Amino acid sequence: MTTLKEQAIIQEEFAKRMDEDELLNCMRCGFCLPSCPTYVESGFKEAHSPRGRIALMKAVADGLIEPDEDVERSLDLCLGCRACEPVCPSGVKYGHLLEEARDIINQNKKYSLPVRAVRNFVFNGLFPHQNRMRAAAGLLGFYQRSGLQSAARKTGMLNWLPKNLSAMEKVLPQVPKLKEMKNRPSYLSADKPVKIAAFFTGCLMDTMFLETNNATIKLLQLAGCEIHIPQNQACCGALHGHSGEKQTAKDLAKRNIEAFEKLDTDYIITNAGGCGAFLIDYGHLLKDDREWHERAVKFSEKLKDISQILYELEFHKKVHLELPGQIVTYQDSCHLRNVMKTSIAPRTLLNSIRGIEFREMKDADRCCGSAGIYNIVESEMSMQILDHKMIQAKSANAAVIVASNPGCLLQMKLGIEREGLQHKIKAVHIADILLEAACEK
Amino acid sequence: MVDVQIKEKLTAIVGAENYDDSKAGRLVYSYDATPNFQSMPDAVISPRNAQEISQILKICSSRGIPIVPRGSGTNLCAGTCPTEGGIVLLFKHMNKVIEIDEENLTVTVQPGVITLDMINQVEARGLFYPPDPSSMKISTIGGNINENSGGLRGLKYGVTRDYVMGLEAVLANGEIIRTGGKLAKDVAGYDFTRLLVGSEGTLAIITEATLKLIPLPEAKKTMLALFQDLEQAAKSVSKIIADKIIPATLEFLDQPTLKAVEDFAQIGLPTDVKAVLLIEQDGPVDVVEMDMQKMAEICQKQGAVSVQLAKSEQEAEALRTARRAALSALARLKPTTILEDATVPRSEIANMVKAINEISQKYGLSICTFGHAGDGNLHPTCPADARDKNEMERVEKAFEEIFIKAIELGGTITGEHGVGVMKAPYLELKLGQAGINAMKAVKTGLDPNNILNPGKIFAKDNRKRVVVTQ
Repeated sequence: MTTLKEQAIIQEEFAKRMDEDELLNCMRCGFCLPSCPTYVESGFKEAHSPRGRIALMKAVADGLIEPDEDVERSLDLCLGCRACEPVCPSGVKYGHLLEEARDIINQNKKYSLPVRAVRNFVFNGLFPHQNRMRAAAGLLGFYQRSGLQSAARKTGMLNWLPKNLSAMEKVLPQVPKLKEMKNRPSYLSADKPVKIAAFFTGCLMDTMFLETNNATIKLLQLAGCEIHIPQNQACCGALHGHSGEKQTAKDLAKRNIEAFEKLDTDYIITNAGGCGAFLIDYGHLLKDDREWHERAVKFSEKLKDISQILYELEFHKKVHLELPGQIVTYQDSCHLRNVMKTSIAPRTLLNSIRGIEFREMKDADRCCGSAGIYNIVESEMSMQILDHKMIQAKSANAAVIVASNPGCLLQMKLGIEREGLQHKIKAVHIADILLEAACEK
Repeated sequence: MVDVQIKEKLTAIVGAENYDDSKAGRLVYSYDATPNFQSMPDAVISPRNAQEISQILKICSSRGIPIVPRGSGTNLCAGTCPTEGGIVLLFKHMNKVIEIDEENLTVTVQPGVITLDMINQVEARGLFYPPDPSSMKISTIGGNINENSGGLRGLKYGVTRDYVMGLEAVLANGEIIRTGGKLAKDVAGYDFTRLLVGSEGTLAIITEATLKLIPLPEAKKTMLALFQDLEQAAKSVSKIIADKIIPATLEFLDQPTLKAVEDFAQIGLPTDVKAVLLIEQDGPVDVVEMDMQKMAEICQKQGAVSVQLAKSEQEAEALRTARRAALSALARLKPTTILEDATVPRSEIANMVKAINEISQKYGLSICTFGHAGDGNLHPTCPADARDKNEMERVEKAFEEIFIKAIELGGTITGEHGVGVMKAPYLELKLGQAGINAMKAVKTGLDPNNILNPGKIFAKDNRKRVVVTQ
């Protein structure tokens, strides 16, 4: 809880830092309401809708109300899925407002010692350092292989997991060996290269989901790309940006811009919707930084999701894709869909796989409740959303749920586990199923 | 106003979880979709049935506490802004479709049901509920009834009023009444059903409604007619009607509106023309075919540069959705979007469009116009900035002139958005003092303590204001 003194400072900062034009741009028509998962799931509470949250931000900035715990609760419960943005006729950049508001609150409130320690460890000690991410994942792998739980818990990662710990733990993928994680080449050629791509590996993707990264690289090669993988790239900073740690996010952005701009590639490719949406917004993140803004914009212009680049390079027409008969469905990554505007490409690619039936599930464009670390810190709402998602997945009768983001993928696996359907349904990343389809003869 | 004692009583009725007087909880019900109006309620309450509402009203009546019924807060006349404080009453627990009666062609609903959800349910049975306000994806039926909402199909099918057959409502004294019914004919006493429709929550709290349904038309076609001259478009509208064709939809969008909408919708709307008409016809296949052809010819004769038929239902739906987003899309242009809905007899549409343009030039404003041209209901919209006092005063004056012009042409100050607080000072223009007195007598008779949405419809004084706050 924030003290009155902290509230006063937060209020001052709101007045100073919140973008008044953007707040006024919301004309309160309410067109966003039906798109908001927390508005619907909370039983239509305006405080848990985008329009309500913007009104609260504005009221705090205007000095109408204090940023008390109810205001914080409203902002905390937001998934940040940004489904409200594409449906907003006025074009309010809700995501930017939310990020700024969260940053102001988090930078000006004193968390309790244990929370502070965990936040500091995760945001500053762990994610910005790929070697430590590997080490942490390595420990997790050791834990998985040897069964030594305590070793993994000491990394702090598992201490984060609340009551759904056991289910979550079960769905974590088999972590590769440390040696494999470190063995990443920095350049790969293609048979007949048509384009040059740089690959943004992602901190989580390159540890826990190493296999998916390998599949992504292979697909890029098959599509005719030669690939650069800069070794000095860093975490995208999304986790920090969404959790009110903007400064670290900016530092990470600069490291990435530096790492990629030297390579004169046609594209920068990511296979995680959550990372992509943050990377594509680097221009906004560094908008006030004269030295970096233009460089950030150039960086973001080259950014594409793996499904988008494969679609544009007509991978699905050049490579024969086939799998045994089964029903496959697709769960949108909110950030891939709402921010990167990529929703047709993954569907077209999946539809091109012969042998399978691609079947759309209802509300596939609705958040699954993963939302970064939301499923851990707001697990009650997250599980409520997930349960509704699983109802749709089941009625689509799919054997495979395809995801485009590691968070969504884990959440889908968790949903399957919770429903006890692990023998009937599996969840896979789109890169993995595409590569499987390309290899299947 | 709402002291501890009252709070205890109200909480006992609805349960603690349905009573909220936290600051944040009240702030998010301090506004609706009307720009520049905000006022904090003292509490927000979510009853579960008419009996609870009856008990709440008895308490409010005895203590003179204002009560403001609110659907989704999408109205455009500050009708649900609690300008005098008190209690905002929500219908989130009363949101069921109670019955679809296929023998009597009616649907009975609770007020909190979302308009589009109900429409989808009845259309699944081959039935049709025509009123389609632009906010129907969000708005509630209760809100539609209280504001007597119109929509894109008003020209051919009428508005909400024409589909309300019976109501259940709680009076200010807590008594529950039922009006009308599943009856094609009913002259037993005053037509309270019609009185309550469009009463903006000032006469009673509506708790249930029985609505008329009609068979779903067999076919529907959609087209866009493009013009390089605003008046040509407006004249086409009058000519179509004069030619004895009543299209299902006849919507007008000018160039600035088209640009803003295309910016949002990105569906390839023509932004290089001065105006378009969105025209739809429904009914038997051959009639639709013939009417569409005739209307295309009329538009071309009036000087349309092109007439394009939507190739698929998907394309048609995209056009309708884009039109419905027009107002909110205009909010892209400037921070404050002031919109009006002056309405004239359809034969005067061309004159009204011309007058709006002259008035906007006179005051140095850019007024974008779109709306239901076919039923004479236009939405001149002025993108402005509430922080610019001088500009807001010019907006105020311009809209006053638009109202006066509309009345002069035999029209009204509001076609479908309601009076609320926003247009209360202008009501006398339309009704005259005698008209206002008669309406006030009804209000006082039914709500002697003035607790039901006070401050709405009737102006406190004659100070004219749409947008300028002192």
